[in-house]
Amino acid sequence: MAATEANYNPPPVVDSYQRTALIVGVVGLLLAVALAFLTGGPARFFRSYLVGFVFWCGIAIGSLAIMMLHHLSGGGWGLVVRRIFEAATRTVPLLAILFIPIAVSLFVHPVGEGGHSQSLYEWSDHHVVENDPILQAKAKYYLNIPFFLGRAVFYFLVWGGLAFLLSRFSRRQDETGDPRLKDWMQNVSGPGILLFGLTVTFASFDWMMSLEPHWFSTIYGFLIMAGWALTAFAFVILVASILQRHEPFTHVYLPAHFHDYGKLLLAFVMVYAYFSFSQFLIIWSANLPEEIPWYLRRLRGGWQYVGLAVVLFHFALPFVLLLSRTLKRNSRLLSRVALMVLVARMIDMVYLVSPAFVHEGQDPHFQPLDLLAMVGMTIGVGGIWLAYFIRELKGRPLLPINAPGLDEALAATGHH
Amino acid sequence: MKKSTRPPTYGLMAEFDNPTDAVAAAERVYEAGYRRIDAFSPYPVEALSEAIGVHSTKMPLIVLIGGVLGGLGGYFMQYYVHVINYPLNVGGKPLHSWPAFIPVTFELTILGAALAAVFGMLALNGLPEPYHPVFNTPNFALASRDRFFVLVESLDPKFDRDATRAFLNSLGPREVTDVQH
Repeated sequence: MAATEANYNPPPVVDSYQRTALIVGVVGLLLAVALAFLTGGPARFFRSYLVGFVFWCGIAIGSLAIMMLHHLSGGGWGLVVRRIFEAATRTVPLLAILFIPIAVSLFVHPVGEGGHSQSLYEWSDHHVVENDPILQAKAKYYLNIPFFLGRAVFYFLVWGGLAFLLSRFSRRQDETGDPRLKDWMQNVSGPGILLFGLTVTFASFDWMMSLEPHWFSTIYGFLIMAGWALTAFAFVILVASILQRHEPFTHVYLPAHFHDYGKLLLAFVMVYAYFSFSQFLIIWSANLPEEIPWYLRRLRGGWQYVGLAVVLFHFALPFVLLLSRTLKRNSRLLSRVALMVLVARMIDMVYLVSPAFVHEGQDPHFQPLDLLAMVGMTIGVGGIWLAYFIRELKGRPLLPINAPGLDEALAATGHH
Repeated sequence: MKKSTRPPTYGLMAEFDNPTDAVAAAERVYEAGYRRIDAFSPYPVEALSEAIGVHSTKMPLIVLIGGVLGGLGGYFMQYYVHVINYPLNVGGKPLHSWPAFIPVTFELTILGAALAAVFGMLALNGLPEPYHPVFNTPNFALASRDRFFVLVESLDPKFDRDATRAFLNSLGPREVTDVQH
């Protein structure tokens, strides 16, 4: 049966998923905001909101990257989940709106006990910069408020533009089946991958690395890129395994597809571990006073156990589990591993952000309330993001019905 | 003499144009009860191995053991060198500085797994084998280009030269040929 003859519209059950997501989002966000403000004021609100924002931004932009990779390299594995990636990339306008609190944080400078600045980005607080020649030098050409905001606008324009173009070509492919559209998508994706690499590198420097503006790591951009791709891939596996429970998608997502997703998930798990360990090995070996504090804040005061949990649940356990062929071909088991990876990504985000706010001379302490507020905020932002994502997902058939190669992808005889 | 006891031919070979037909034929052959069967394709066709009843091999286990031995060997080689045989103070770090050992441990894990994969594969499939009867099949060179072959060996208990040939012919091959010893 040709793919075009079947009805691949989203199953009606997605409406109830969307409602649930919206309710969880609104309630979760309200609870998390209340918790953050009541226990730690605006400082805790901003830092936990940042975790929630970057986590879901990573899913959308990571999806954009993997989708472009698929446009460039082809393969049946990507065709059957392309619509999930496309819907995720079309959330860029929502992400631009969700960025507003981060922009606001640049103008809010709470002061903690001992007179320490508790700003989200201490380089945005002129009281801090006044007494800090290094931050003054950095502010001159890069780390200042207008340029930071300008860059953010640029990132969203690039991401939104790529998502818009690729989605538009894909829709037209559904309507006309014009074979040239495949080439157009490929032609956009080549430069797109390059733009992705550059924008995500700078976005990660801006939004994450500049939380500790004296510290620098050149591999940090790659680390965040790999993290976003991993988050996006785990997310797509979850969505595909949920869709697979509903007709007609029980016959669309085959064990051979999940086998491929499992292999790619394993690859992303390893890439992230590789970058993360490279950064650690280089900084640990050199042991330089301007670099090592980043790890000193994260290997003491309880944080070492969080770090250990990240090593175990972000790398060791998924690595060992994903070696199994049986597990990779079983969508139920694979989706459990993907869920574990998503939770581990969340914990890793907390590990990257929360210890950043330890001031020089202070001892780091694990902050359970930070963890709680950050996880709550990730769930809250996530509910709203998911509701928007499902809205986008519902708008089109869940398979690119006129894409060349779809019939072969649905037959999945084992060659790729 | 040995020659008189063995069957006159090695088996029957059915030749197919595409993997889909070959897989379907292989499944039918397996269902019909033949077990001494084999299949040949220019590239790996997963469904084809499954169709002829190759469900699992010992390869993953051999590779895993090779990797684990390589990793442990790599780690303890460095431990022996840096802690026991030639202790050297590097940057004031402890002699047993595990983070520095990880890259070499990782590489030797890969090396161990790769060597185990190559030699385990050779041990399991019996290569190198200078002579094999299937190469007497006409057109067999195309098995590394664009043809797909399904073989029933004459040693199969169900093998009957005429009946098996008729059965294979019913599966829609390009051709069914005798494979000479």
